[in-house]
Amino acid sequence: MISKKTEALDAVAIRFAGDSGDGMQITGDQFTGTTALVGNDLATFPDFPAEIRAPAGSLFGVSGFQINFSSREVYTPGDRPDVLVAMNPAALRTNLPDLKPGGILILNTEQFNEKNLERAGYQTDPQADGSLSSFRVYPVDITGMTLKAISDIGLNQRAAVRSKNFFALGLVYWMFNRPIEHTLEWIQKKFAPELAAANERALKAGYHYGETAEIFTHNYTVEQAPITPGRYRRISGNEALGLGLLAAAELSGLELFLGSYPITPASDVLHFLSQQKHLGVKTFQAEDEIAAVAAALGAAYAGGLGVTTTSGPGMALKAEAINLALMLELPLIICDIQRAGPSTGLPTKTEQADLLQVMFGRNGESPLVVLAAKSPGDCFWTAIEAVRIAVRQMVPVIILTDGYLANGAEPWPIPQMSEIPRIPVQFRTDPEGFKPYLRDEMLSRPWAVPGTPGLEHRIGGLEKQHETGNISYDPQNHEFMVKLRAEKVRKVADLLPPTVVDGDAEGDMLVIGWGCSDGAIKSAVAGMRARGHRIGHVQLRHLNPFPNDLGDILGRFRKVLVPELNMGQLAMLLRARYVIDVHSFTKVQGKPFQEIEIRDAIGAQLEAN
Amino acid sequence: MSLYPNLPPTDASALQRKDFQTNQDVRWCPGCGDYSILAQIQRTMPELGIPKENYVFISGIGCSSRFPYYMDTFGMHTIHGRAPAIATGVKTLRPDLQVWVVTGDGDAMSIGGNHFIHTLRRNVDLKILMFNNRIYGLTKGQYSPTSEQGKKTKSTPMGSVDYPFNPISLALAAEATFVARSVDVDAKHLQEMITRMARHKGTAFLEIYQNCNIFNDGAFDYLTDRKTKVEHELKLEHGKPVRFGPGGAKGIALNNRLEPIVVDVAEHGEDRLLVHDETNQSLAFLLSRLVHPDFPTPLGVFHMRERPSYDQLVQAQVDEAKKRSPVGSVQALLDAGETWTVR
Ligand code: SF4
Repeated sequence: MISKKTEALDAVAIRFAGDSGDGMQITGDQFTGTTALVGNDLATFPDFPAEIRAPAGSLFGVSGFQINFSSREVYTPGDRPDVLVAMNPAALRTNLPDLKPGGILILNTEQFNEKNLERAGYQTDPQADGSLSSFRVYPVDITGMTLKAISDIGLNQRAAVRSKNFFALGLVYWMFNRPIEHTLEWIQKKFAPELAAANERALKAGYHYGETAEIFTHNYTVEQAPITPGRYRRISGNEALGLGLLAAAELSGLELFLGSYPITPASDVLHFLSQQKHLGVKTFQAEDEIAAVAAALGAAYAGGLGVTTTSGPGMALKAEAINLALMLELPLIICDIQRAGPSTGLPTKTEQADLLQVMFGRNGESPLVVLAAKSPGDCFWTAIEAVRIAVRQMVPVIILTDGYLANGAEPWPIPQMSEIPRIPVQFRTDPEGFKPYLRDEMLSRPWAVPGTPGLEHRIGGLEKQHETGNISYDPQNHEFMVKLRAEKVRKVADLLPPTVVDGDAEGDMLVIGWGCSDGAIKSAVAGMRARGHRIGHVQLRHLNPFPNDLGDILGRFRKVLVPELNMGQLAMLLRARYVIDVHSFTKVQGKPFQEIEIRDAIGAQLEAN
Repeated sequence: MSLYPNLPPTDASALQRKDFQTNQDVRWCPGCGDYSILAQIQRTMPELGIPKENYVFISGIGCSSRFPYYMDTFGMHTIHGRAPAIATGVKTLRPDLQVWVVTGDGDAMSIGGNHFIHTLRRNVDLKILMFNNRIYGLTKGQYSPTSEQGKKTKSTPMGSVDYPFNPISLALAAEATFVARSVDVDAKHLQEMITRMARHKGTAFLEIYQNCNIFNDGAFDYLTDRKTKVEHELKLEHGKPVRFGPGGAKGIALNNRLEPIVVDVAEHGEDRLLVHDETNQSLAFLLSRLVHPDFPTPLGVFHMRERPSYDQLVQAQVDEAKKRSPVGSVQALLDAGETWTVR
């Protein structure tokens, strides 16, 4: 065996790309798990097509998974990969523009045949025509070597070919000096004996190929990151959201009821919670989006923690029922895992364009509490806060996440339930002086659930008289009630802690974002501050109501930049509310922000007058 | 759950009709069939032995959907067509409650059609009262999905061209486990049907022919008018031959194409008649096809069968899962799977 040298790197971004049937998501997932165990900080970006199984070799069927891992803190999946594993010409063609100049390119040569080249739109073979000369290209017959390695297991050709992603994974494990044991264990658990044997063999073959093949002169290592001590696990946004809802149920003592209808990218929350029946969760897969929210509202009325999960198109359908919840003044949690719209849009791609929909997309004056999660793990904490607010104020609360947070993963310090404050809930039981819409000091009303003797009462969507809740068509009462419902939501701001400003507390520019842009903004702001600019960063969790101190914070900076994956929706709200000139920086490509894009936008705005 | 009001239930045996009446002004038009239905419900509820606080009435939108305001129980007046879905949430979370849905032909068959059929399919333990007046009353007189073809209304000046639903057939096709029909002015029959619904475990669907004296007056006169009633009314009785007409002189038999026909009993003999069997879904469907004016109108229980209800099955899965994994806590879930410690 040739002894090869190992080079230490600070950070590496790898992208696995192949057909949607090539197992790229599994490959990325495995690499992520192992990398987390090695102790690197990391962030991931799974990017897959809307089609379940697009025709093999087609450009639109390419599925990708990017992971950025480092010996330092990582906030984003990396702007441009250092390494691209392309399982076929289509994967090469769609992903090559992102690869860093001088980056490593591993090609599965077996797939570079005439038919596939043509499908990918190549006139000539890029391996031979010099178009890849600015990269370090490693042509590897991944399929061929996989088949050879597992030939005696007796799988048919079709099944055997499917092990090739494990060969690629093994090779990349070797390149970045990762142990293969974690994946070996997983393979044993996941697959039937024959397939497990084949995958194991392929994984090892890939690893050994790296070790022995002469084309690889050395491999790389990325040291452990200085991560805050503690116990960690990997978490995706959808898992964290599900866990957060479960935690909120436990902290409040309420029974969790999820009404949901399958929709990308929210369905995983339904799947996850459906598996937690042992915690008393009831899940209801409804006949449509409307029934899903309606049933959740029914559960809230009956004294449960009513939750519905969906994405933008589903939000549009739920609007009327959400408005009923507002009118009834019942706690209801509505999770919008945003995706690129309008209409069906790009169902598997991310966007932040539902903000104005959730703010205003209902009839009448309909203010709701709106919260946004900023990282996969933050979905957990956002869910708990949403429930806390909903039951305190007897209001529906909307949680915004998005496809990028939902599917992206990060290492996550495991929370201790015993350290999280309980969520106080008190059902009304005393019939003495009971009125359904009697107000407390926060303008909240009593939660009087069916089955409580002496509290029989009627509620509905018609305007109601102050306190008694009886139907009222009185014009003065209507205006009073509209204002009261608005004030009730506004009062949520009084419950909030001071807004956290990262970086400078005053100065040249405040960059204010929400949701999944957190990592990219954080990195970009750090970079610009290192060049001497005085920049602050606020990642807004509370989109409605805005925190009470936000106006002051905005006033402490010369300029305000609002990067968003939409056409400037938060910017519009900030302008309207604070009557200030904010600069909107937008992107609507179905992809998250890159650090460099935000850095450039900051730079451009700082220079402009 | 410690949270829930763990108070002793009130005494159901002492309940009276007036206990179910509210102080709200009833806002239906004078003479509306809804009044009679409300009265029969208020008369029947005290007889059922259910504590008052356990009743929940949920309605959608329409004249009939004002109903909960007039019942002194827990009640929710919701949005158009969605009452069965909201009620499903209530009942699934709290199987201990007795949940009634009050709806109309527009609410249940049109805007809420999807929720209606899926609720029946799931057999959620809900009692659905559908007031069928074959018209939109609250929006002032447009034709409804149960209006006869050719109906002239404000929105169909030349007569409607769409064919109506047969609600009983629809409910049966949606796998309903209790399907019945009654009529607003037949107090005794209505009470009997309401009682049987309450006793049924699973979705109970009752179509109530209801006169809208403002926009569709007399739609069911043929069935309620003393003079014509006897010719047209067919009271279904389990285990009895299907007979109607003065003195039960006529009956329903099958021809050799297995289609229902009206026969003279004296001429053909009782043996030729169909014998009603509530548990027979196919027979129920056949009887649901007896439509005025070619046939008499069946009233009573078309079909009833036992099947575990959705809420029971959901609860059973939760109980089973808890038994299998008795130490359920969120912390255990947070700690599950791959974890690692950074020092
Ligand atoms: S419009 Fe018809 S159904 Fe409505 S309340 Fe008046 S009579 Fe009754």
